[in-house]
Amino acid sequence: MLYFIEQLLNGVQLGMLLFLLAAGLTLIFGIMDLVNLAHGSLYMLGAYFAATFAALTDSFVLGALLALAATFVCGVVLEVIAIRPLYGRNHLDHVLGTFGLLLFFNELVRLVWGPAGMTLSLPSQMLTAVEILPGVYYPAYRLVIIAATLAVAALLYILVMRTRLGMLIRAGASNREMVGALGVNIKLLYTLVFGLGAALAGFAGLMQAPILTVQIGMGENILILAFVVIIIGGIGSIRGAFVAAIIVGLIDTIGRAFLPDLLRAALSTNAALTLAPSLSSMSIYMLMAAILVFRPEGLFPAANK
Amino acid sequence: MTAPFALANPRNAAVAALLVMLALLPLYTALTGNTFVMTLFTRVLILAIAAGSLNLIMGYGGMVSFGHAVYLGLGGYAIGILAKEGINAGLLQWPVAIAVSALFALVVGALSLRTRGVYFIMITLAFAQMVYYVAIGLERYGGDDGLTIRSRSTFGMVDLNNKTLFYYLCFAILIANIYLIARLVNSRFGLVIQGVRSNERRMRAIGFAVFRYKLVCFVIAGALCGLAGALLANHTNFISPAMMFWTRSGDLMVMVVLGGLATPFGPLIGTVTFLLLEEALSRVTEYPGLFLGPALLLVAIYLHGGIEGLLARRAR
Repeated sequence: MLYFIEQLLNGVQLGMLLFLLAAGLTLIFGIMDLVNLAHGSLYMLGAYFAATFAALTDSFVLGALLALAATFVCGVVLEVIAIRPLYGRNHLDHVLGTFGLLLFFNELVRLVWGPAGMTLSLPSQMLTAVEILPGVYYPAYRLVIIAATLAVAALLYILVMRTRLGMLIRAGASNREMVGALGVNIKLLYTLVFGLGAALAGFAGLMQAPILTVQIGMGENILILAFVVIIIGGIGSIRGAFVAAIIVGLIDTIGRAFLPDLLRAALSTNAALTLAPSLSSMSIYMLMAAILVFRPEGLFPAANK
Repeated sequence: MTAPFALANPRNAAVAALLVMLALLPLYTALTGNTFVMTLFTRVLILAIAAGSLNLIMGYGGMVSFGHAVYLGLGGYAIGILAKEGINAGLLQWPVAIAVSALFALVVGALSLRTRGVYFIMITLAFAQMVYYVAIGLERYGGDDGLTIRSRSTFGMVDLNNKTLFYYLCFAILIANIYLIARLVNSRFGLVIQGVRSNERRMRAIGFAVFRYKLVCFVIAGALCGLAGALLANHTNFISPAMMFWTRSGDLMVMVVLGGLATPFGPLIGTVTFLLLEEALSRVTEYPGLFLGPALLLVAIYLHGGIEGLLARRAR
């Protein structure tokens, strides 16, 4: 039971991380109609920036804030230089162009930070375990991730639903031409949204940096999971991304933790040991396939798509 | 109007020159003893088959599949797994490789062709990635590290270990592949597929069972690419999950677009260009991606119709 609660929290934590990535992807797709494969690169950059700035300033929090600002700036510069010409082109051009950017960023990181990975160490008060229930201990830092991501999700909700900028973002998602015709500076709006998406990805990267090693290509596997999340949630829907991210995070984590034991109960130990790793990594894709059969547009289809 | 085989046309001249060069390459190797070039070009030929099959669905059919490398992996793993279990007969191995790929394409196609646009891109990507993780989980067949294949497929008297012979086998299959796809896309079936690319709703209104046509096309492309996977496993004597990681699928897309979408020789031109460029860059610089990446971006932004289109435009 204790193990179960721990795994449950791990699943929520993975889900929150996926939400940060998926929210940026789905915003960028919903508003600019852009498929962005370089999103994982911004996640990677966030982690590298955090590791560098934290080492320079000797403070995790300060390093994280600087890294967040740096990824935002990177996103804005990237949008102005490389992404703008891709708007209005077909999805194949987007895939090709942003795939090129992904290769570029991997190599750039290798040039600047070297081929070896980096580590980011936490301040000592975050290294302890907290007693969340009588007898159940959980690493403090993972709780920090969950709390911080929830806060970001709330801020994002307020930004999109309650501010003027958010109103423009929603308007842009439902009818781009009309928003432009009404005199809104659509170029600036696009740049800001891309920067926001970049900052969200960077935030995911920097929060994850102390748990994983910071390395080249770290964004590539997680990007696919983020894609699965937005397919399940419905492309263009932030609410869908939130729900789907938690579902995917839970299923993936719990599958990995408990499937081997479940299979062992049903099959011989040997068969279970060979099947379990494959089956548990397939589970979320099975879910995606099932969702596609019953709701091809995802759980929360965006209204005007 | 140009005659179909007018060599004065720069595109046809370039294609003819490329084919002659590919046909004579083993001669060059025999004269100079430079086997590296032949090994590199055997890889080019095999990936050109894969790129050609992707061109069938992506170029002619408008189905932007971002998981095509999975069939390279499935074909390769069919060979590798059978070889590990002691079955080396090519007449059994190769049909299995093709059948497994076709079957997987049938399942993925049946699910993903229900959607379109960006959903289709992401779903094909996700299913390919699923197979990648399954392959990592296959401890018996090397897991993450991959599996060395002890012996190549056997075809009676024919010895695939002969590098020249294997090169020409790949060359022959490539030519047959290009011919088959060219015939297919100009048949009634192919015209329906191309019609769906330009306007699916209209094709459905005329009364075509669009879904079935697309699915069959998707399965054919998967089967052809599975054959390329079988060749690739025989070429490298090695299989690993890395051969179907999603960036490999990206490479295949790049080859097709670089060469020229929906053109018979575009994938071959694109594969030759991409692999030679990669090889050349990795010799000049330690960081090839620093140049390759922006080059792809520029291709996406400016080079409509790929190299083949560039040559064809000069002809007019």
